Amino acid sequence: MAGTKHTDQGWRRFAVAVPYVWLLVFFLLPFVIILKISLADPVIAQPPFTPLLDDQGNLSVSLDGFKFLLTDKLYAITYFKSVMLAASATMLCLLLGFPMAYGIARSDPMTRSILLLLIVLPFWISFLLRVYAWMGLLNNYGVINNMLMWFGAIDQPIQFMYTDFAMLIGMTYSYLPFMVLPLYATLERMDLDLVDAAQDLGATRTGAFWDITWPLAKPGVIAGCLLVFIPAMGEYVIPYLLGGGESLLIGRVLFDEFFVNRDWPLASSVAIVLLLILVVPIMLLQRYQARDAEDA
Amino acid sequence: MRRRSRFLLTVLSFGYAFLYIPLISVVFYSFNKSSLATVWGGFSMRWYGELFRNEQVLEALGLSLQIAATSATFATILGTMAGLALVRFGRFRGRTLFSGMIVSPLVMPEVITGLSLLLLFVSLQQLIGWPGQRGFSTITIAHTTFAMAYVAVVVQSRLTAMDESLEEAAMDLGCKPMRVVFDITLPLIFPAMISGWLLAFTLSLDDLVIASFVSGPGATTLPMYIFSKVKLGVTPDINALASLIILIVSVGLLLSWAAIRKRRP
Repeated sequence: MAGTKHTDQGWRRFAVAVPYVWLLVFFLLPFVIILKISLADPVIAQPPFTPLLDDQGNLSVSLDGFKFLLTDKLYAITYFKSVMLAASATMLCLLLGFPMAYGIARSDPMTRSILLLLIVLPFWISFLLRVYAWMGLLNNYGVINNMLMWFGAIDQPIQFMYTDFAMLIGMTYSYLPFMVLPLYATLERMDLDLVDAAQDLGATRTGAFWDITWPLAKPGVIAGCLLVFIPAMGEYVIPYLLGGGESLLIGRVLFDEFFVNRDWPLASSVAIVLLLILVVPIMLLQRYQARDAEDA
Repeated sequence: MRRRSRFLLTVLSFGYAFLYIPLISVVFYSFNKSSLATVWGGFSMRWYGELFRNEQVLEALGLSLQIAATSATFATILGTMAGLALVRFGRFRGRTLFSGMIVSPLVMPEVITGLSLLLLFVSLQQLIGWPGQRGFSTITIAHTTFAMAYVAVVVQSRLTAMDESLEEAAMDLGCKPMRVVFDITLPLIFPAMISGWLLAFTLSLDDLVIASFVSGPGATTLPMYIFSKVKLGVTPDINALASLIILIVSVGLLLSWAAIRKRRP
């Protein structure tokens, strides 16, 4: 029997160790390396940064990358703009997604199932192609401008493409399903009799909404907002395709800093600061998801 | 529906129009004869034909499918192990770090994941000479890493919802724990593993940002090819490609939806 016990222990250890080691090497270690390179100086060499330990074995740490990020106005503006745009897209998603989720949760089972399918469907179609679809709509000679001109509403095409507005629309569009699904999950669990009871007892419809529906839906609101805000902050495709040359967002700056300017330490610093901005939202989301998993 | 107010109906119609008008317009313009993507020049299937003769597209598609299938398989194996470990193995040393690392790739912005993995591959290459060339292997590893998190979550929720009594009964009857896993637990969570695999496959096919970071000069996935073309503007052959993808996804999802509804009327 002792032998059996041994193999079982071995099997368990194996089942834990393999994914554990994988994650240590391909998830945790990369972050240590980013941190290390962010503390180096850029040099023209291969690889283009100074080693952490120099030839004499002295520790060489440089905070120049971070100093540059903090003092350079362009970076401050870029971070600020990324936060503002991601927050605006989150708000728009909430404004549109909440009544949608509410409407879906209140439908009869058959309609509900179809409506949910239609929310999930765009999620399975390539993200890139969904952003691309907006290029065809927002173009100077695109569908929207053509329609407006055809109706005679405008004489000259409106410049939609390569503006912040285009990026905002693109983000709202791409991340709307992430808002609707968690909202739907909480609203569907909600006991509708509570709202009826409140109204029977004299609450107005808005009163019942703010006193009952909203507090009960809060976990879904928080999860939805975080699921939109976090990826929108690091967005690369949308600023590239819809945003044009001047409208820089931090995800695109990071990519260009690395591949175009070949400044690896600065790109790493940009990533670390982005991560610091997102630490609180990410921890909140993880806590919410852990609690949600226990509830389910 | 209890009280479907006019407001809700309006918002729902607007929301779904917002979600679907861009997709419909892409499909519509894919049948455009004109090579100017936004000027209607009559109906034609021309761009579909050109798509199938475009070797770059076919090659990129082939690479993407290979990467997606390989990484989804690895992700399913690793993710299932991780899910089992977290739900069925009780406490073990380093469990907190493990569960933290499992869910983190789900919420990490793609640019950060991509950059960190690229820097890892570059450092490894200097230290041990591997990977000699970035491409299929590095993209597959990157996709496996983030997709295994999704699989682990799917498997975990299935295991939590599942009754442990069957496994306990087998154990009481003298079945060895390892055989319990292979004869009872795995068959029971098999549907979850399948949906995890499909999710991982789709996520891999869809990924542009991480692949762009960790790929090398020789390897171009389908999203990378599409991106390099659409950076310059709207093109009719990409409209055709997008329409095909929309068609395949819609049919696939509709079929699985119908299958699920049939099973649970």
